[in-house]
Amino acid sequence: MSTHDITVTINGAMTSANVESRRSLADFLRHDVGLVGTHIGCEQGACGACTVLIGGRSVRSCIMFAVQADGADIQTVESLAPGAEMHPLQEAFRRHQGLQCGFCTPGMLLRSLELINDNPDLTAEEAREGISSNMCRCTGYQYIVDAVLDAAAEMRAEEG
Amino acid sequence: MKSPPFEYHRAGSAAEAAGLLGELGFDARILAGGQSLIPLMNLRLAAPGHLVDITGAPDLAGCGANGGGLHIGAGARQRTVELHADTLATAPVLADAISNAGQVPVRHQGTVVGSIAHADPSAEMPAAFKAQGGTVTAQGAGGTREIASEDFFEGYFTTALEEGELVTAVTVDAWPAGTGHGFLEFSVTAESWPIALAAVLIHTSGGAIDRASVVLGGVAEVPLRRPEAEAVLVGAEPGAEAFEAAAEAAATGIEPLSDSFGSGAYRKKLARVLTRRALTTAAERAGGDA
Repeated sequence: MSTHDITVTINGAMTSANVESRRSLADFLRHDVGLVGTHIGCEQGACGACTVLIGGRSVRSCIMFAVQADGADIQTVESLAPGAEMHPLQEAFRRHQGLQCGFCTPGMLLRSLELINDNPDLTAEEAREGISSNMCRCTGYQYIVDAVLDAAAEMRAEEG
Repeated sequence: MKSPPFEYHRAGSAAEAAGLLGELGFDARILAGGQSLIPLMNLRLAAPGHLVDITGAPDLAGCGANGGGLHIGAGARQRTVELHADTLATAPVLADAISNAGQVPVRHQGTVVGSIAHADPSAEMPAAFKAQGGTVTAQGAGGTREIASEDFFEGYFTTALEEGELVTAVTVDAWPAGTGHGFLEFSVTAESWPIALAAVLIHTSGGAIDRASVVLGGVAEVPLRRPEAEAVLVGAEPGAEAFEAAAEAAATGIEPLSDSFGSGAYRKKLARVLTRRALTTAAERAGGDA
């Protein structure tokens, strides 16, 4: 099977690789780049655990081939806290117990980040509708909504 | 699971894509957003030997108003079309349909033309496209041709496309001022696949309906036009009486299949209720826009 040379920007760093056509973006990130923060759940685009941002927009990395991402600017969960300090969203998820097993968390964080970037002043209803793209089987979602709203408030305060 | 192996090709133009399809034969498929195709490949329900990626083709990328209609290139992403001012002005029933389809991250990647060409009879975009009416532009080795939306859907995941052809664009025909639309679907959760849906448009003039379109999804092997319901509506005064009669006509004579999500009888009932409610919304909008 043919392979392809791709060049992508991942969390601000340019990376080149040679990938098989069938390599999913999620598997590329986990196995070839070693960024295992991106989780793989259903592998059919339903659960959202594999969500990453491309050009700031959420996509399912399990139903996208790495070769399709050639030239893309990709952001994974690892970008949120490059150092020892957690991102305000991660802090808020911890504070509100917006996670239990943690499997959905990377996708939830990135989708939430996109929602807050789009609308820093989002309502509970908008947060609830917004994260309906991602499945969580632990929290019942309420604590995630609480965390997103709290993080949004904190990020607004930081901006202001 | 992971996708089976395949050869990946990148087309820089519609002509190049058509050339590749002709050269590679029946084992080649067009890859646009991949939000229907890649799940099917991961589930091993589809195993094309070649994928021709068209998302890098500049001549397929556009979306916007075009001679009174809405032009949507094969590379245009669902989320882009959904939020486009020209869609809201020219084809709001399509905007409603898109906003009901999948989730936002899927719509960032998926394309409108891809969903129409995939021709799932339960899907939102094919039904809305057929309800408003328009044209599919197909390109193959022999050149391009236009297929009316009415003739495009032939069966489950089956369209009027010939082997070696791809859809390069769809054009949605504009309806005149005084038109209202309604789009409603019923699904188990807000994010799950619709069990049944209704896409309707009505145009009113002088207090009566003079043009109507009623299309149902999830009840047949294609997005199903209901001419009996349209006949009830045309000439009638918009209101509960006409809409109940039209809804009854829409649900009479259809024979939806049963599956794990709902029985055929339940789908028939949904078809009637969704049609009535969609028409009520359409009438409110027709009044407001006139």
